[in-house]
Amino acid sequence: MSYPVWTVPVAAVVLMSFTATAAVLDAVLDSARRGGGWRERVGRPVWEAARLLRQRRRTTVAPDALLWRLGTSGPLVVALLMAVVIPLGGRAVTDPVVGVVWFNAFDVALWLLWWCAGWGANSVYGLVGGYRFVAQALAYELPLMFALTAPAVAAGSLRLSEVVAAQDRVWFVVWAPVAFLVFLLAVTGFSVWGPLSYPAGWDVAAGVLAEPSGVDRLLLLTGRYALLAAGAGMATALFLGGGAGPLLPGWLWSGLKILAVLAVLVAMRRRLPILRADRVMKRAWLVLLPLTLVQLLVVSVLTYGGS
Amino acid sequence: MRLVAFLALSLAAVGAGIAVFVVDSMARATVALAASFVAVGAVILLLDAPYLGVITILMMLMEMAVMVVFMIMYMMNPAGLMPMSMVHNKRGARAISIGMFGLLAAGVVMTPWPQRRGRVPADPTHALGEAIMGSKMLVMIAVSAVLFATIVSALVLATGRGRYDPPEPAAPTGEAGS
Repeated sequence: MSYPVWTVPVAAVVLMSFTATAAVLDAVLDSARRGGGWRERVGRPVWEAARLLRQRRRTTVAPDALLWRLGTSGPLVVALLMAVVIPLGGRAVTDPVVGVVWFNAFDVALWLLWWCAGWGANSVYGLVGGYRFVAQALAYELPLMFALTAPAVAAGSLRLSEVVAAQDRVWFVVWAPVAFLVFLLAVTGFSVWGPLSYPAGWDVAAGVLAEPSGVDRLLLLTGRYALLAAGAGMATALFLGGGAGPLLPGWLWSGLKILAVLAVLVAMRRRLPILRADRVMKRAWLVLLPLTLVQLLVVSVLTYGGS
Repeated sequence: MRLVAFLALSLAAVGAGIAVFVVDSMARATVALAASFVAVGAVILLLDAPYLGVITILMMLMEMAVMVVFMIMYMMNPAGLMPMSMVHNKRGARAISIGMFGLLAAGVVMTPWPQRRGRVPADPTHALGEAIMGSKMLVMIAVSAVLFATIVSALVLATGRGRYDPPEPAAPTGEAGS
C-alpha cells in the first residue's frame, strides 16, 4: 500500500527527525568533549549547525567544485530516496515491486558519491579518504547484498510490504541473525561510521571530511546521520517485523524499533575500533561472505524445505 | 506523460554521453558516463521492467566507481589540471561511430517488431526469473559455485599483506567478529 504523492515531504520530515535524534544522541554520547553536562551536549548539534551555516566556505587550490558539491550533497539525497520505500506501520510513500533492490541501488550510488566528496577537494587527505571508501565498499557490498537477499528469499518477494507481512509469525532476525548483523555493519560502512569510518579516519586528518566546510560540511554530516536513520528503518522492515507489536499502533512500533536500531548504530561509534580497509577486505571476503551464504542456505531450507 | 519522461531521459542520456568526450577530466568523464547509464536505466523503468531498470542503475554505478579508479590510474593527466582530450584517432573514430550508428539505426527501423502478446504479469520480476532461470537452474547453480570459488581464490592470491602487517603464515583465524 502506498500513500499519495503529497506524503513525500512528510517522509522527508520523518527521516530528518530521526536524523536529528541520531545527531543529538551522538552528541550526548560524546565523552571526548565533556565540556558541560548532558544538557549542554544535547544542544550541540543545533549550535554546530548554526555555526556551519554562518561559516564562510573554505576552498582549496583548483578544486573540482562540481564533483565536490555532488559528493557532499549526495549522501543526504540518497538517504531521502531510500526513505520513500521504508514502511512505517505497514505503509510507505511508495511500495515498488523491487523495493529491496531500490535500497541496494542507492547504497551503491554512495560508492561514487563518497569518492567524489573525497576527490573534489583536490586535497591529499580527501583523496586518500575517497579511495579508502571504494576499497571498503568492495569489502562490505557483497555481504550486504546477500544479507538483503535473506529476507527477500524468506518472504518470496522483493516488495517491502510483503517482506514485512511475511514476518507476522516469526521476525526474520530469528532465522537470519547473521544477515541482520552483516546488514548493520554494512550500514555503518556506507555511512562512514564507527568501525568502518576509515575513509574519515583521524590518521588522514578526517579524510573525506577534512576539507568540506560551511554548508557543504553541514550537508555531508547531516547526510551521514540520515543514512544511519535510513539504514535503521530498513533493518526494522527487513528483520524486525516492521510495525508488528502488541497494543500500540503500527507506526509507533515502527518508530520505536527504528529508534532502538538507530541508538545501537550511533553507540557503535565509540564502542568499536576503526578497521583498516585491507583488514576489512580480508575478513569480509573470507569470513563474512561465506557466513552470509550459509545464512542464505539456512533461510532457504527453512522457507522451502517443508513444501 | 510517459513520452515526456522518455524524451527527457533520452536527451539526458545522450547529453551526458556527449559530455563524456567533451570534459577534460577523467573523473568528470566517468561521472558523466554514470549519469548517462542512470538515465538509460530509468528508460528501462518506463518499459514496466522495474527489476531490469533498477539493477541496470545499480550495476552501472558500481562499475563506474570501480572504473574511475582504473581510468585515473592509467591516464597521465587525470585531474584535468592541464588541457587534455578524451578523443584520439579522430578520423577513424568518426568513421567507426557513424558506421555503427547507421547500423543500429537501420536495425531499429528495419526490424519487424512483434506485437505484444498477453499482458504485463502482476510480478514482472518473477516472470523474468522464470524465463531466465526456469529450465537452466542446475547449470546456474553449478556455474555460480565455480565462479564464487574462483573469485575467493583469486582474492586470496591477490591480497598481499598490508604495509604494516607482519607476514602471516597461517590462514586467517576466527578473529573476524567485525
